[in-house]
Amino acid sequence: MEIKVILNHKPVTLVGEKDEFLADILRNHGRLSIRKGCNTACCGLCTVWLDGKPTLSCNILGIRAAGKEITTIEGIAQEAEEFAQVLVAEGAEQCGFCSPGFIMTVVAMKKELENPNEADIIHYLTGNLCRCTGYMGQLRAVKTYLGVK
Amino acid sequence: MFTLLDLVQPSTIDEAYQILMAKRNNTVLGGCAFLRLGSSRIGTGIELSNLSLQYIKEQEEYIEIGAMTTFRELETSPVLAQYFTGILPKAVSNIIGVQFRNVVTVGASVFSRYGFSDLITALLALDTEVELYKGGRMPLAEFLLRKYEKDLLTRIFIKKEGRIASYQHMRNSASDFPLVNVAVSCFGDQWRIVAGATPARAKIADKASLLLGRGGAIEDVVDVATQEIIFGSNARGTAEYRKAMSKVLIKRGIQEVLQWK
Repeated sequence: MEIKVILNHKPVTLVGEKDEFLADILRNHGRLSIRKGCNTACCGLCTVWLDGKPTLSCNILGIRAAGKEITTIEGIAQEAEEFAQVLVAEGAEQCGFCSPGFIMTVVAMKKELENPNEADIIHYLTGNLCRCTGYMGQLRAVKTYLGVK
Repeated sequence: MFTLLDLVQPSTIDEAYQILMAKRNNTVLGGCAFLRLGSSRIGTGIELSNLSLQYIKEQEEYIEIGAMTTFRELETSPVLAQYFTGILPKAVSNIIGVQFRNVVTVGASVFSRYGFSDLITALLALDTEVELYKGGRMPLAEFLLRKYEKDLLTRIFIKKEGRIASYQHMRNSASDFPLVNVAVSCFGDQWRIVAGATPARAKIADKASLLLGRGGAIEDVVDVATQEIIFGSNARGTAEYRKAMSKVLIKRGIQEVLQWK
């Protein structure tokens, strides 16, 4: 099955099986920044944006991305770099396995929420479970990045 | 993981229904979040993205919600924030994470009548109707009692009225499945108490709701409600535990509604 999408601002034809999920299709397309941590829709590692909305790519059939705009971390390199610097400065980065999915969620939050408080931030990030450097350091980094207290 | 032999994206609801009925193992695909945890072998998967069923519309008398509307859309809808003291956004906001709620759909959750559903419990506390392509339009409470029959859920309708509603739930951890959930609503002197994830699908506690409308004391109402609702045990909790927790949740729900009245 062929699925025509816009991947990181470029028109692309993805190829996958009919019952294949987007995470696998994107990984087969060489987007190895997409990680499958739990593969049961719990960990948030496979987060990509579908038409700008953070979405679990392990949990959405490839066909549902047809005609849509998919953004992976490669598509927001500049914002990702900016946030990564803040993460590192707060000592909130360890092995990096969960980082692409986490960063995609944080940058999506920055675009979606206006002046969020701590509870809003925690609520938005609840779907990212895999965070072995500890939630507090990351929360500090996120607050710094968003410029909120 | 489930397998699909074929996959179609029909462009009309009638076409979708014809394909659904053509073979026993043809299945409608919603968000697929629950389906993918199983291992069913599906003939033709019917994907509804091309049917323009993704919307929340405020009509004269009803709020109309298309079957392919996502939970996140319920959560962030300015319309739904305004009505029923925001019970719908509240009820879905604890389900896994934002990225998950951007995938799962209203139609699939309601049609599947999951016992663990947060959404159905909240909808049942409102005057909600479901529309099935073949079965027609009926109250949600009636749909929940019907025998399973293959059909296509197209839209749900929620009557716009000044109903005040509270959502209460108990989870082992944030974003987990609910151990038990409760919705309490009031419109005039007409109360409704609903319990779900018992772990069976949500039900209205009719006797307790009536008693509350007649001015019964909260403690009595709670006792009547937890007598008439049948609680069960599973790996998450025993019937006794669910019953005990429900007592607290129902009480809190009633108190919250009373504060807003």
